[in-house]
Amino acid sequence: MLQKIYDWIDERVDITPIWRDIADHEVPEHVNPAHHFSAFVYCFGGLTFFVVVIQILSGMFLTMYYVPDIENAWKSVYYLQTEVAHGQIVRGMHHWGASVVIVMLLLHTLRVFFQGAYKKPRELNWMVGVLLFFVMLGLGFTGYLLPWDNKAYFATQVGLEIAEQVPFIGEYLKTLLAGDAEIVGAQTLTRFFAIHVFFLPGALFALMAVHFILIRRQGISGPL
Amino acid sequence: MSEEKQQVSRRQFLNYTLTGVGGFMAAGLLISPIRMAIDPVLKPSSVGDYANVGLAVEDITTEPTRVDWKIDQVDGWYESEVSKAAWVFKNEDDEIMALSPTCTHLGCVVSWEGSEKYPNEFFCPCHDGRYYKDGTNIEGTPPTRPLDRFEHKVENGMLYLGNAQERGGA
Repeated sequence: MLQKIYDWIDERVDITPIWRDIADHEVPEHVNPAHHFSAFVYCFGGLTFFVVVIQILSGMFLTMYYVPDIENAWKSVYYLQTEVAHGQIVRGMHHWGASVVIVMLLLHTLRVFFQGAYKKPRELNWMVGVLLFFVMLGLGFTGYLLPWDNKAYFATQVGLEIAEQVPFIGEYLKTLLAGDAEIVGAQTLTRFFAIHVFFLPGALFALMAVHFILIRRQGISGPL
Repeated sequence: MSEEKQQVSRRQFLNYTLTGVGGFMAAGLLISPIRMAIDPVLKPSSVGDYANVGLAVEDITTEPTRVDWKIDQVDGWYESEVSKAAWVFKNEDDEIMALSPTCTHLGCVVSWEGSEKYPNEFFCPCHDGRYYKDGTNIEGTPPTRPLDRFEHKVENGMLYLGNAQERGGA
């Protein structure tokens, strides 16, 4: 049945070459853990991606219940946690995944760094990777505020004051982030929500696409 | 079938294994989010409590009168008072009728004798939907079934109304 559907589509739009380009490529011996167990270090990039997929999925489902408004944000999260079946698990996935993704990102970066895999001709991909790291930190920072509890509020207060320390533009930067020069409140929450759910994920997808296309074009760096 | 042994090729075996493991991981990942998303469908619907609508039974006449009352509504994390309304009267059998003012066509609000042209009928101003006094929709006007009827009970001479129930089409 599935084969028939596939053939029907393939006959008309010739999709086989497309997925061949994506999926059909050899894994060099030196990155295959079946040959050398120590090659498991090459998994961290893929694991980062896997956790990002978990974050995207769980995040999409969380917005079914979450409200980015200072009156209702905490209440909606509390409702999700206490009244909705499996709500605790889905928020748990997003909460713990946020930490795991940073850990995986660091391990991946360390592997690339200590193997010198960032060297010519792969400098560009290292830079894209660093940008991805910043985007991920931004996602962590903006997501932290969303439950609108005491921890979130004061962490953001501190984060905004760190931004304020930037020479010359610090104050503007803080106002831009918080939506108000003085208050951390209604406008901060909606801003952080928009950044967390639309702007940064957009940047994340674009950078990930570049990151992956570059790997495919340049191949994985050779054995040490 | 031939007696030939059905060999599973290495390629097939790997395909099955990968599909199996991939499917297992995808299922493990998605089961909680999906259960969470469909939770509203699986939640038991709250049984409507009867509310005192502030009308003494002895004051109910044969003339439909609009009654307004408020109930406490819990909507997820949001609790509020919402207004409800009914047209209440006694029919020929001296039975209390409490009809929902929601038109069964597209949900506008109907009124008793809402149009001067149609006395002794419920009238909906949106598309000229009409109902007889007992709530039965008049053939040839947009509504397809009678007005919903509230469950009611009488306690200490006061009228209590519950949920509006659908009645069979005409």
